[in-house]
Amino acid sequence: MEIKEIVLDILEDLTGTDEVREDLSLDLFEEGLLDSLAVVQFLVDIEEKTGKPMLVTEFHKEEWATPQTIIDKVVAFQ
Amino acid sequence: MIRQFLSYFPSYSPYENPSYFILLGVALIPLVVQLLRGKRMMWYQNILTVYFLIISFGGPSLRSAFALCSYILWQTILVYIYFKYRQKRNNTGIFYGAVTLAILPLFLVKIIPFINSRTWFEPVVNNHPSLLSVPSFIGFLGISYLTFKAVQMVMEIRDGIITEYHIGRYLQFMLFFPTISSGPIDRYRRFESDLLNAPEKNEYVDMLSTGIHKIFMGFVYKFILAYLFGTILLPKMSHAAIADGGISWGLIGYMYIYTFYLFFDFAGYSLFAIGTSNIMGYNTPENFNKPFLAKNIKDFWDRWHISLSSWFRDYIYMRLMFTLLKKKVFKSRVVASNVGYFVLFLIMALWHGLTWFYLVYGLYHATLVCVTDWWLRFKRKHRKKLPKNKYTHAFAVVLTFHAVAFGLLLFSGFLDTLLFK
Repeated sequence: MEIKEIVLDILEDLTGTDEVREDLSLDLFEEGLLDSLAVVQFLVDIEEKTGKPMLVTEFHKEEWATPQTIIDKVVAFQ
Repeated sequence: MIRQFLSYFPSYSPYENPSYFILLGVALIPLVVQLLRGKRMMWYQNILTVYFLIISFGGPSLRSAFALCSYILWQTILVYIYFKYRQKRNNTGIFYGAVTLAILPLFLVKIIPFINSRTWFEPVVNNHPSLLSVPSFIGFLGISYLTFKAVQMVMEIRDGIITEYHIGRYLQFMLFFPTISSGPIDRYRRFESDLLNAPEKNEYVDMLSTGIHKIFMGFVYKFILAYLFGTILLPKMSHAAIADGGISWGLIGYMYIYTFYLFFDFAGYSLFAIGTSNIMGYNTPENFNKPFLAKNIKDFWDRWHISLSSWFRDYIYMRLMFTLLKKKVFKSRVVASNVGYFVLFLIMALWHGLTWFYLVYGLYHATLVCVTDWWLRFKRKHRKKLPKNKYTHAFAVVLTFHAVAFGLLLFSGFLDTLLFK
């Protein structure tokens, strides 16, 4: 499966809404859809699904702001 | 001989009186001139560092200076050994061992006075009175803040993102004098990149003016507002609250006054530390961002003592959660998260000191954050149905402020005085 699909699947599951799929520039933090805990769960899930650990030593909100920035971040990591 | 040499230096706590600022201002001039030409004058910065460390830690007894030097030696060797080890292997036990050793000096400074003051330990103290002075040989102003820097080094070496151990840069990071006594807690890689790259001329002109502006803001915060709240009003409120006893208007007044005092005092200090860093061409991270405008308690922690709370988030909470979620220790993610928050705030409380009121303060904030999380989940589920306008926002801000102020009343230890003294 393509990385983008994997990311969106996880995000849909985490946020409980398919808006993440329809609007890739949705501000996830501003809308209260994502927080640091959800990000950790995301990291665990992405490692499970892709088999590659994703290391985040420092958490910056803006890197996790929208579905698109997250996809970019994961792609850069793979 | 060392004593005599040090007696030529003045002795000041950082950012406490006008002479310190005059000295600082004059000492920074050569650095500023070179930075305006786009150059870092490292040798001069290093002399400046040693000079200001002597002023702040020299003191007549030499104890602080001795404690600081031993501490730095301890951390430098520890990180060196762990770095060498990590190049070859990556054992989890060794990693925890290294973190424990990095925390050990701070732990001793906190635990020894605590044990010494217990009644069951009294006979031992009476036989060995020298035990009472042990903490002053290990501890010094700023040891807690240096410990955060030391521990993050070990963690980032483990993560493999610090791939080079440069002792000189490590020392400059640890001993960076503008922030040594009370933060903000910087990150090694961020600091190193500033250290190695002088800002562009235009960029530096902005930094310089921001830095000077911050220092003047700091004067207003610390020497006017914190003085007004802390030195003039707080003792009055304290008298009134003690005279009335129990829950009184005086106590409520104390809560507000203390909250403002603490903010202006610490934010003022932070402005000095960040402003001085800026003038030296370093972008030390911010520590406060309008905390009393926070819309909930989690938002508050994103705005209050930011360099500390983000340290706890990055190096404790997120790591702990990752382990708990990955190993599926708890069936429910929410339970895991709540456990994580209690661990986090208990550690933060113990770091502040081993007293009942810091403990209660930690438990109080952990509870608030868990309740806030529950509310945010509820809101997320019903986000289309719940009202959201400027009134609900104002209500949230006022409510959060009061929750915070009550927490700081616990933190102040005033209830200890009121109830038990």
